[in-house]
Amino acid sequence: MTEHRSHILHGIMGEFETPDELLSAAKKARDAGYKHIDAFTPIPIEGLAQAIGFRWTAVPLITLIGGVGGGLTGFGLQYWCSAISYPMNIAGRPLNSWPAFIPVTFELTVLGASIFAVVGMLALNKLPQPYHPVFNIERFAGASTDRFFLLIEARDPKFDPAGIARFLQDLSARHVTEVKDEE
Amino acid sequence: MSVTQPPVNSPEIRHLDPVLEPGHTFASVTDKISSVVLTRPLGIGWLAGFALTFTIVNVLFISIAWLIIKGVGIWGINIPIGWGFAIVNFVWWIGIGHAGTLISAILYLLNQKWRTSINRFAEAMTLFAVACAGLFPLIHTGRPWMAYYMFPYPSTMGVWPQFRSPLIWDVFAVSTYGTVSLLFWFVGLLPDLATLRDRAKKRYQQVIFGMLSMGWRNSARHWHRYQSAYLLLAGLATPLVLSVHTVVSFDFAVAIVPGWHTTIFPPYFVAGAIYSGFAMVLTLAIPLRKAYGLEDFITMRHLDNMAKVMLATGLIVAYGYFIEFFMAFYSGNKFDVFLAEQRLHGPYSHFYYALILCNILTPQLLWFEKVRRNVAALFVMSLIINTGMWLERFVIVVISLTRDFMPSAWGRYSPTFWDYSTFIGTLGLFVMLIFLFVRGLPAIAIAEMRELVEHEGHSKGARS
Repeated sequence: MTEHRSHILHGIMGEFETPDELLSAAKKARDAGYKHIDAFTPIPIEGLAQAIGFRWTAVPLITLIGGVGGGLTGFGLQYWCSAISYPMNIAGRPLNSWPAFIPVTFELTVLGASIFAVVGMLALNKLPQPYHPVFNIERFAGASTDRFFLLIEARDPKFDPAGIARFLQDLSARHVTEVKDEE
Repeated sequence: MSVTQPPVNSPEIRHLDPVLEPGHTFASVTDKISSVVLTRPLGIGWLAGFALTFTIVNVLFISIAWLIIKGVGIWGINIPIGWGFAIVNFVWWIGIGHAGTLISAILYLLNQKWRTSINRFAEAMTLFAVACAGLFPLIHTGRPWMAYYMFPYPSTMGVWPQFRSPLIWDVFAVSTYGTVSLLFWFVGLLPDLATLRDRAKKRYQQVIFGMLSMGWRNSARHWHRYQSAYLLLAGLATPLVLSVHTVVSFDFAVAIVPGWHTTIFPPYFVAGAIYSGFAMVLTLAIPLRKAYGLEDFITMRHLDNMAKVMLATGLIVAYGYFIEFFMAFYSGNKFDVFLAEQRLHGPYSHFYYALILCNILTPQLLWFEKVRRNVAALFVMSLIINTGMWLERFVIVVISLTRDFMPSAWGRYSPTFWDYSTFIGTLGLFVMLIFLFVRGLPAIAIAEMRELVEHEGHSKGARS
């Protein structure tokens, strides 16, 4: 980042050394009334998403929709092809010979559910997203090795840079930095 | 933080090797695995191996080009043996792929911590094996550019694929399997690609891993959705992997050919697939851990566990062989009885005896702990089992086709040079892709290894 550009503040970020420190800091920040919190960790930490106020994810529902859609498409395709579009009498067997349609129906159910699970997960996470203000912090690369970060965003109604910096330091954060976004 | 102490000698764990050697931290596992991709220079061994396998891949290209010029007549196939090597190799390769999905999905659902350090390259193995497998039916059609005929598309002729045929089920099963394996692999890689992006020093590495990681930033919200998606994918891949080899076995079992038309085929094919797949994982893991000093991550515990899985699935396969014979004689069907006798005394009986030796007799040595803990012995054993599983498919495909119902329809099959060159070519392709993979992407799941460090630290109560 060059100095002459103007910046807006994205949030205040504190760095922690252990998952437990981060988890308790996240809980305290939540208790202190902050709403827009995010945490960054090299491993998924149980309870952290809940601690920053994120409980429900739509991924399972999206996967279910993909699976049901895939299955219906699979059976519908076979039924339509075999019984409606080009009915062929093969050894007097019923046109809708549904037991023979099960394998393809099953495969397309799994295919639909899997594609929806992955695309849904990426879309909800708003990925791909090559730029994000947190990447401006040099030490942030540690979030993929052994550092744990807590971010309180500027859009939080209780946002007050100096107060939050002190708050994070009191929670034993090692480095407290301002996260700036390019305007 | 996360400094693990030597494991406490509690009675339950004393006799088990650790799944991760003690003393590792988040940083040490991350460094060690990512350095193979990011900083380690290309050694002479890698270059020589790559050059050799690349040469073999060219043999594959030449074989396919010649096939396209001349047609499938360059192979040893003819009526009555229309399947030959192409289908033998197809079933063999797809079976090998199954261990990757078993390790990554089923062992994940069963919460087996030891899967962590082998799942990534086992999944890569799955993808490459499925690629080799998919090639065979494609070129076996003789006109691979017409392969889209197998998919239901609105053609001017108005006809559709025959959805009551296992061969069409196979198209859907294998293409779904390939796609889902790729998705599962990519999702698993996502946090590791971000790790590599963050650690890359060279510009081209930063750009490539930056794009591949899609801006993953380890946010707790992202992790939450990620874990949900990963668990669901594991749950979806589990029935999928069982269905794929079941459908492959239907290619045989739905036909009325003696020796094929049996209900034991689906479970026995799935067990055989896992058997050969674990053998291939061992074939790859043993040189890999040695070459890149990954013995701390792929420990004797992993090798021992994989040997036990091979022993168990090998016994299921042995049971399958037994039931095939039992049912042939119990049914009293003269064609089935005749085929069983052909396996023992017919022109290809030496293949059958070699199969019994490779798949049933030799692996019984795995009952002994000394053998399971001898790396060299395990490596040789894995090669023997892979050979045995290939022979099994040869016995199934060829013997039944050479001895049909009518003596007038009997025939013989002998593979030609091009059969062998195509098969060896796919072996080269497979190994070359593995070579590229171990240097281009993290061969061990880094984020999951960090989780393992955290978990091991907690379970030993030693994390500071």
